[in-house]
Amino acid sequence: MSSRIPLPYSPKVLELFRSPKNLGRMDDANAIAAAGSLACGDMITIYLKIDEQAERIIDASFESYGCAANIATASLLTEIIKEKSLREAWSISWKQLSDELGGLPPIKYHCGILAVGALRRAIRAYYKDRVKPDWLPEELTPDERHALEEEELVKILSKRISVGRSGQDKDQ
Amino acid sequence: MRKDLAEQLEKVRSLISAHSRSSREVYLDLENSGLIFEESLEELIEAYRSRGNPSITHRPGWWALEVILEAEANLVEFVNAGNGELVFTHSGTEANNLAIMGLARASNGRRKILVSAIEHLSVKFPAERLQNQGFKLVEIPVDGEGFVNLDHLASQVDGDTLMVSIAAVNHEIGTIQDLKSIAEIVKDKNSEIIVHTDACDALGRVPLDLERARIDMASFSGHKILAPKGVGALFIMEGIKIEPILHGQLSSQRLWPGAENIPAIAGFAKALKLFRENFDEYRSKMIKLRDTLIDGIFERVDEVMLNGPRGDNRAPDNVNMSFLYCEGEALTVELSLRGIYVSSGSACTSRILEPSHVLLAIGKPYEVAHGSILMKVSPMHDDEDIKYVLEQIPEAVNRIRFISPKAVM
Repeated sequence: MSSRIPLPYSPKVLELFRSPKNLGRMDDANAIAAAGSLACGDMITIYLKIDEQAERIIDASFESYGCAANIATASLLTEIIKEKSLREAWSISWKQLSDELGGLPPIKYHCGILAVGALRRAIRAYYKDRVKPDWLPEELTPDERHALEEEELVKILSKRISVGRSGQDKDQ
Repeated sequence: MRKDLAEQLEKVRSLISAHSRSSREVYLDLENSGLIFEESLEELIEAYRSRGNPSITHRPGWWALEVILEAEANLVEFVNAGNGELVFTHSGTEANNLAIMGLARASNGRRKILVSAIEHLSVKFPAERLQNQGFKLVEIPVDGEGFVNLDHLASQVDGDTLMVSIAAVNHEIGTIQDLKSIAEIVKDKNSEIIVHTDACDALGRVPLDLERARIDMASFSGHKILAPKGVGALFIMEGIKIEPILHGQLSSQRLWPGAENIPAIAGFAKALKLFRENFDEYRSKMIKLRDTLIDGIFERVDEVMLNGPRGDNRAPDNVNMSFLYCEGEALTVELSLRGIYVSSGSACTSRILEPSHVLLAIGKPYEVAHGSILMKVSPMHDDEDIKYVLEQIPEAVNRIRFISPKAVM
């Protein structure tokens, strides 16, 4: 296996970056959630309009602060989940998104994970004041945990930097 | 072809064909790869046709030796380096590694290495690595514009200090350090301490007088002065003990084995000559382009800030600006689609997913680092280039901001 660390995007990523689908906030959404933060450099907000009777996603949109892969992943996800039941949407994996995008570079896997994390948060938000279905796990899934970890990453990094600085101070 | 390589190749080829080529192109990513003077390119091609290996006793060999000597003379006179040897490496990264690792290998017991908090990674990483071999690394903090805290430096220089390495000009934010005062502080405490400067971003852009500034070692890079890629150099003042860090043969130089890149050195010599002969003209041209770009962006875009100092203390070529609520990697791709090539300090463009250590060290918050764009102008750019960039940047920034969550804006 080559040890290069390439960052090529597939033409699909470039196409969705150029012309993202379902972009923008949705005023009549009944489930909204964000994952990531400005400070981590990656943030996705997912808006869902859900048919409450059928528990089906009628419409979905997104906003993204992030790289081209991030934007493309969020665009693809919102396309895929339209007309899907919440249960079907819940089961979408980041790997599936990556495959449909022609394979994300490994260093960009977290973009897919963040998108899935944001979607699952939105689905949880929807069920917050409703009867939870059996298929919705109590525990956070790995993708949701990863989104949390990404949000924590900045705190960890800042801590590392401040430890470095206090190390310098000790030398004085 | 091996399957994994064939897949990668197919992927990058289809990406290139999907990425339409803009009718107008402006290359401003001189930090990561260079444009090249036509005259340098001609020298390079001519040298490939006629010059051999300078270590060998035949005509093409002596012709190659002539190239090396001419390049050395051009460089050491340009920066007034004093007596010493000039080692040609294949990059500025190699020159910095040789300076740091080579000096450490020859150290007779002193173990402390001082570097600024905003050094290029080719200084920072070797220095960090030496900590595994019992060396002690101290990072000297900088202020909000990247100037080294001289009091802190003075407080850290002691009897155990082996070397101090501070770049003459910062590669990301263009801060021009007061090298003379830095060396004075160090040498006044102990004249045996070696002062190294990474001069890759200073060469050709700011006046350098290494002898007067009491600099012992200085690194240079070809592609940053519109010379070919694949050539760098390290100047080492006479009397400094330094050990090779690579071993082999077939070289005219003790400290860097392997066949010298004679064609690139020939192109480097030509670029040095051009920068020397037209120093004032190139400088005023770059300063004008730089300020037109900076002022133009401030006029056309809201929520934007300049990273690094303004005016005379900023490198003539450096423009580093942060566009808030606009992720830098997405902006580099958006600008690329418009034929403008730049880089970003965003974590997303790095391979380690951490934003620029330089921007963090000058106290910029993460979101400012993620939204940063680095552009460098050169004597090869003109007013029309900058005009085109200024037309495109507001549209590009608006498009990326439009995608961003409005809740955070």
